[in-house]
Amino acid sequence: MTALALETKSLCKTFGALAVASDINFKLERGARHALIGPNGAGKTSFVNLVTGVLAPTSGQILLGGEDITSLTRAQRVKRGLVRTFQISALFKKLTVLENVTLAIAEREGVANDLLRPAGHHRALIEEAYDLLVPLGLATEALRPVTELAYGRQRMIEIAMALALKPKVLLLDEPAAGVPPIETGAIIDTIEKLPADIAVLFIEHDMELVFRVAQRITVLVQGAVLVEGPPAQIADDPKVREVYLGESKH
Amino acid sequence: MTDSVSPGSPVDRKAVIDAFARRHRFKWYEALPWVLAAGCYFIFDGYHALGAQIFATILFALSLDLLIGFAGIVTLGHAAFFGVGAYAAGIMAANGWQEPLSQLVVAAAAASVVGFASGMIVLRTAGLTLLMQTLVVAALLQELANKWSSVTGGSDGLLGMKIDPIFGVFRFDLFGHTAYVYCLLVLFIGWLIARNIVYSPFGRSLTGIRENTNRMHAIGAPVDQRKIVIYTISAALAGLSGALIAQTTALVGLNTLALSKSGELIIMLVIGGVGQLYGAFIGVPLYMIAQDRFSQIDPIFWYFWIGLFMIFVVVFARGGVLGVCGRFLDRWRSR
Ligand SMILES: Nc1ncnc2c1ncn2[C@@H]1O[C@H](COP(=O)(O)OP(=O)(O)OP(=O)(O)O)[C@@H](O)[C@H]1O
Ligand SMILES: [Mg+2]
Repeated sequence: MTALALETKSLCKTFGALAVASDINFKLERGARHALIGPNGAGKTSFVNLVTGVLAPTSGQILLGGEDITSLTRAQRVKRGLVRTFQISALFKKLTVLENVTLAIAEREGVANDLLRPAGHHRALIEEAYDLLVPLGLATEALRPVTELAYGRQRMIEIAMALALKPKVLLLDEPAAGVPPIETGAIIDTIEKLPADIAVLFIEHDMELVFRVAQRITVLVQGAVLVEGPPAQIADDPKVREVYLGESKH
Repeated sequence: MTDSVSPGSPVDRKAVIDAFARRHRFKWYEALPWVLAAGCYFIFDGYHALGAQIFATILFALSLDLLIGFAGIVTLGHAAFFGVGAYAAGIMAANGWQEPLSQLVVAAAAASVVGFASGMIVLRTAGLTLLMQTLVVAALLQELANKWSSVTGGSDGLLGMKIDPIFGVFRFDLFGHTAYVYCLLVLFIGWLIARNIVYSPFGRSLTGIRENTNRMHAIGAPVDQRKIVIYTISAALAGLSGALIAQTTALVGLNTLALSKSGELIIMLVIGGVGQLYGAFIGVPLYMIAQDRFSQIDPIFWYFWIGLFMIFVVVFARGGVLGVCGRFLDRWRSR
């Protein structure tokens, strides 16, 4: 049980002349609450894309629980417990809230390859999906199409779908992005209450949230790790103040 | 939902889950096409041959709906599988194998093999590239059929097809009585298969792929594999349709593989409504009956009006006839 939840070794990615990831050595402890911050365009989302297999790295390695997953497909990584959310909500908009979550659970359980029985016969999955919605305050809207919900609620579904996959490592890409201030409370709440055994890496521009939740912070600038450490150290770091905290808060 | 019911209360929970879990149950209106089709057998004497063509084409359009409407795989080459099925049945019939049901099986198998093989190549792409590649597959097959005239009859078409009576009893008659019932029954089976797929977890995951492919990847779905499976099944159904047309008209020509065949099919499906399972049942009869009436008067006139009608459907009637009816019903209910 000594292996890290997630680790990258000399991870590099270039788009032509642009280096979105240069030599990133990143470590995520088991059960960690780890924030990834950095100015716009620093390469935070690209890092998530690399780790989850949306992008193939130019060089370097990705280890999940000690296992090299660099050449695995996206689906294979999810099956091993590596789950992400999207900065811009990526949901099945025309489908109901309940169905969004049920689809995720069906994939987790390997039921989605069944083309003989009606989906409604897999009742346990639907019940599990519904029960997942209750604590997130989404149960009353279970049968409404996602597109009818306020954006803040959609962000909650984004988290619900990730949790439905029973992740070991959860990557949250700006979970509160685009949400009006009155609605962020519920999202912050949810993040604080995430099961302790999940290792969480979250990208966030809201410093208040970062310092409230994170035990460690990594600062990314122009695709490279500027500094990494506990919140107090990051807050005092002159380099960080210069390139990041000095800028206007998001 | 009333305010007196607290969110997540047991009563509510059961009601919501029940409503969701029962979506696949048969609704009364789903019997309409079959009742109508059975009734038309007795009413429209002299139109049985046309009826048989319509049923076979509905099956063709239904198979396309599985791809476009449910999986979001837009193709311009679906006639490839129709043609392969038609030629498979036709070549057998012209070379001494005259039993119709085994011809259907071989046609479906042949089409699914072609669907699987071409799907492995073309489904890696999406959008315009996919459109072009599916088109190319059909064009290649058409050229193959054209060149290989010793077997296919080339541009003259396949001649001399002979089909045995079904079960050795029901002879294909000149009036199309047998063909009518035969095509209707095969369509019914095809519809059962399609409907079953659509409501299965596999079918729902296809809808997920259509709605948001990235999200499907993110929840761990083997997206490419799912697409290939539905592409293969759809090809098999299209092959069945082609075989039906071949058997009931005793004619197979290069036009079964033509781009115009694929295009016309899309038009019929769009008129009826894409992705709603019953669009094919509305669009195909509308189109084919109108074509039967108008094309006798003036074929150019006919294509002009169908063109105009298509523009109308695309601009004003999104979702086709079914889409318009659905919106009308919604408005009426919410009064
Ligand atoms: N597919 C791509 N091709 C070329 N450049 C890309 C690609 N994806 C991202 N980039 C570039 O990489 C850089 C990093 O983008 P990324 O989205 O990772 O930043 P970010 O840190 O998430 O920013 P934000 O805070 O705005 O979300 C940007 O300059 C972006 O334009
Ligand atoms: Mg980003």
